[in-house]
Amino acid sequence: MPTLKIPTPLRPYAEGHSTLNLPGQVVEEVLEGAVATYPLLKKHLFNDEGKLRPYVNIFLGEDNVNQLAGLKTLLSDADTLLIIPSIAGG
Amino acid sequence: MLPELSHKEIHRYSRHLLIPDVGLEGQKKLKAASVLIVGTGGLGSPVALYLAAAGVGRIGLVDYDVVDFSNLQRQVIHGESRLGDLKVESARERMLDLNPEIQIDVYNEVINSENAFRIADPYEIIVDGTDNFPTRYLINDLCVLTGKTNVYGSIFRFDGQASVFGAEEGPCYRCLFPEPPPPGLVPSCAEGGVLGVLPGTIGSIQATETLKIILGIGEPLIGRLLLYDALDLSFQTVKLHKNPECKVCGEHPEITGLIDYEAFCGMPAHDHDEGSAGEEWDITALQLSSRLKENPGLRLIDVREPHEREISNLDGSELFPLGQFAARLNELDSAEELVIFCKAGTRSTRALEILASAGFKKMKNLKGGINSWAIDVDPNLPIY
Repeated sequence: MPTLKIPTPLRPYAEGHSTLNLPGQVVEEVLEGAVATYPLLKKHLFNDEGKLRPYVNIFLGEDNVNQLAGLKTLLSDADTLLIIPSIAGG
Repeated sequence: MLPELSHKEIHRYSRHLLIPDVGLEGQKKLKAASVLIVGTGGLGSPVALYLAAAGVGRIGLVDYDVVDFSNLQRQVIHGESRLGDLKVESARERMLDLNPEIQIDVYNEVINSENAFRIADPYEIIVDGTDNFPTRYLINDLCVLTGKTNVYGSIFRFDGQASVFGAEEGPCYRCLFPEPPPPGLVPSCAEGGVLGVLPGTIGSIQATETLKIILGIGEPLIGRLLLYDALDLSFQTVKLHKNPECKVCGEHPEITGLIDYEAFCGMPAHDHDEGSAGEEWDITALQLSSRLKENPGLRLIDVREPHEREISNLDGSELFPLGQFAARLNELDSAEELVIFCKAGTRSTRALEILASAGFKKMKNLKGGINSWAIDVDPNLPIY
């Protein structure tokens, strides 16, 4: 199953987990699986129309999935998706 | 024409001069360079110290704040002897002790849309060592609009990020983050904490990138974002692309001047944890103390995290961490009066907003949080 890495600011909404293993053939299915398991994550990832929020960046390896096929990007079981959070501390 | 180095400077910078990639010419480039560091806190401390030590000829420091006791866990440019002093003056003194050969300009002011062009004008590179979203968007737009390079770094708890934005060929901060997260989603370091050494790592990377850009050597982090996880001790870089639809550096930019960044982000341009929900909703620690004498059964709701209750606690309070607050509203009664508190009043203000949107009317925010209770009511409690 592909792995989804949860960044620190979002971990409180995923019961503290730093990684989730979720079934899915494409990015969208993994993200949907994550919000189905942890409903508190949903409003932080998706807007009311179900689109990814503009400050949420999903990377597959080195690449932003927006540069690939977006939420329809195909995944293999060994893939790790990374949510890159917007943080501001200094 | 690059400036010459004195014999004293040649001695001082000997370990640079021995590196063929730096050499005499590189050191002269550093002497001729000018860098503005915005923020003299966690990130600004190592950046300022290392750029001063390296001989960057002109360094500007921007900060409006004074040195606080809780800064010293990570802001290593300051010391206990400078508590209460202006941060820019404290930093300047330490930098000149390290290297009196350089020029240091200080700007004891909040950088904003009105003064940003004036402050930034003398400098080629801007290092972003700020602690809040509005100032990060301001620095990004300023760099794009003026063609200056933005050496970015950001930290939270155990996580760090670094990149170089604003270079003509690369993406900018807005290409990656077109909009900030909504207020309250990402806690500031004042609310969420930060490992003291983390800004040392990320700030040192920002200083490294600044020196490389001045020297014209190596591969700067343009078009790449470095992600650092101190817990895993892992570094990862991801590719960043210029967004053709970016509102400031895209093909048809909408932003052609600086805007109101506090309005854009919906939050203040500082990370001070000083939450007030407004006069109508606030209750001071002294008022609450009197109210509790009249009504010992008054319901006190603590929206901090469980581990914070080990630091200080109010007797009889109930724990509703903010992250779970909305999901647990069914445990609260809108007919009952509630007093919400956190560390200093920021998270409790957000909890009040959640209550208000759910139709609650009888709630109060403990202004200044449990820390104000420690100051005004119970000096046996620690302040954190």
